[in-house]
Amino acid sequence: MANTDIEQRKQELLNQGYTEVYTKTKVLTDAVLHYCPGCGHGTTHRLVAEVIDEMGIQDKTVGVSPVGCSVMAYNYFDVDFQEAAHGRAPALATAIKRLNPDCFVFTYQGDGDLAAIGTAETIHACNRGENITMIFVNNGIYGMTGGQMAPTTLVGMKSATTPYGRNVALNGYPLRITELLATLPGTYYVTRQSVQTPAAVRKAKAAIRKAFENQKLQKGVSFVEIVSNCNSGWKMTPVAANKWMEENMFPNYPIGDIKVDGKIAEGIDANRLVLSHPLTVVNK
Amino acid sequence: MAKELKLMKGNEAIARAMIASGTDGYFGYPITPQSEVMETLMAEKPWESTGMVVLQAESEMASINMVYGGAATGKKVATSSSSPGISLMQEGLTYLAGAEIPCLIVNVMRGGPGLGTIQPSQSDYFQSVKGGGHGDYQLYTLAPASVQEMYDFVFDAWDIAFKYRNPVLILSDGAIGQCMEKLYTRDYIPRWTEEERRANAPWGTWGKPANRNHNIITSLELDSARQEVFNHKLQAKYREMEKNEVRYEALNCEDADYIFVAYGSSSRIAMKAMQMAREKGIKVGLFRLITLFPFPTKQLQEVAKNVKGILCVEMSAGQMIEDVKLATNCSIKTEHFGRFGGIIPTPTEVLEALETKIIK
Repeated sequence: MANTDIEQRKQELLNQGYTEVYTKTKVLTDAVLHYCPGCGHGTTHRLVAEVIDEMGIQDKTVGVSPVGCSVMAYNYFDVDFQEAAHGRAPALATAIKRLNPDCFVFTYQGDGDLAAIGTAETIHACNRGENITMIFVNNGIYGMTGGQMAPTTLVGMKSATTPYGRNVALNGYPLRITELLATLPGTYYVTRQSVQTPAAVRKAKAAIRKAFENQKLQKGVSFVEIVSNCNSGWKMTPVAANKWMEENMFPNYPIGDIKVDGKIAEGIDANRLVLSHPLTVVNK
Repeated sequence: MAKELKLMKGNEAIARAMIASGTDGYFGYPITPQSEVMETLMAEKPWESTGMVVLQAESEMASINMVYGGAATGKKVATSSSSPGISLMQEGLTYLAGAEIPCLIVNVMRGGPGLGTIQPSQSDYFQSVKGGGHGDYQLYTLAPASVQEMYDFVFDAWDIAFKYRNPVLILSDGAIGQCMEKLYTRDYIPRWTEEERRANAPWGTWGKPANRNHNIITSLELDSARQEVFNHKLQAKYREMEKNEVRYEALNCEDADYIFVAYGSSSRIAMKAMQMAREKGIKVGLFRLITLFPFPTKQLQEVAKNVKGILCVEMSAGQMIEDVKLATNCSIKTEHFGRFGGIIPTPTEVLEALETKIIK
């Protein structure tokens, strides 16, 4: 629907007595999202855009998009944007921030991009303590490429390249990169959130806001993982995918703050950070 | 710093020229034989004088992508490496060319393939001017033959890079990088002010003001028809470079019966061989390539019209010779002479090659 059509339709509804309770965020463009219905990317985009809007930093924000489902994030955010090669977003963001220290710089990456092909760039940007925000959407699969195994695919989970389920002997373990990054001195804020319920959305937004605010402190990377579904790749309805995510992804990727203000968050067992947290085996 | 006469290593000249030419950022990774570039920058601490950012990256893949990120904000950003590191950068180079980002890359070549040797070589010609990375793209490629040119070409690189929105490659080798020669430094060019950056790079991602649309830096275009149009635009740009930006030097070519074609270190050796030949009464000229892309095709054609033979001298198994033969349409006897794997030929060897391969 063209924008003028949307405006016209809105006016009609207002004339019929409807009240406007929810509007598009200013920092998102009018481009129609290409994401699958039910995917967490749309919500996460909106939260990032709301934070940029509310902080009044649209004119000094530079985003970096990855290769993967969110490769074209630059079409949706009404801020200056760069599209990186696969996995390299943290390297781009490093230079953008160092050369433009007054800018707010964020990367927006998926699991294959951030935790497989870009592992070195991720770890070293975090270890250098770059003053950037990293948004990491983890849905345990390569969505854009057609549902292949990701570094975060759960043990036993079926994908296009693990048709009999992820087998540790063949494929190794899911990589909990967020826990790993929390152990680095260069990360200042590390948290894992989700966006499948209104309560989760509110918490995720608060986390993203904090991650952007932290750039003013110049104390290192603020890293927000969003555990999300991939209903297309998982071959489920959106509702079933969210339920499956809660039952299977959350035990392996526990929701909540891991590191706050440079310190391991309250209630986090330090053992979890050195990989002793038990992995579950899923059957899907 | 004003104009001064100094004794300096080629790699140090690159670093000092970066500072003096108003470069905003350098991102690199150590590799022999070019490590003095970053070592000089770190010792000079230009962040305290000009405000230039210098950072040691975790890999060449990271450093070229830092160049991408920084240069896409409309600033002058550079990196340097040597052959194996430049191979790692090929992904970044094709993205930079595809997104039309002005930047500077310096390759101080060493012998290959693989890890090869740390000694000088010129076997990256194909990689530099025939693509290297995927897709149809070109890097404007300058081949310095002296420490002075290592210095001067950094200044020239920024002019070309921003004029055409294209990456510029300085293709040097371990001999030029490591040797010390006298050099005239130049007056400092200050780094661009914020206003100058915005004026010179209106396409840059430096934060979207209310009065313009958001700037997007990308090489992605899923619509093939539009991607083809974009490819035509790139090709038109490369043709403009061929028309306007070719550089070469022709020495003693007017009366020459034979010419050497060479660039970089090899051109210095060929120059000596030319003098030795002239002393023996053989009329030899030297056609030195300064730009490898764009290749001085027409100029070489003109010079070669009246010669009996061409000896291509390159520290490789014979790469540049392909473009020389194309330029002359294979109408003149043309042979390659090169030592490789890190061996530098002597002028005597070059002259012998001329006599045995061309004159007979």
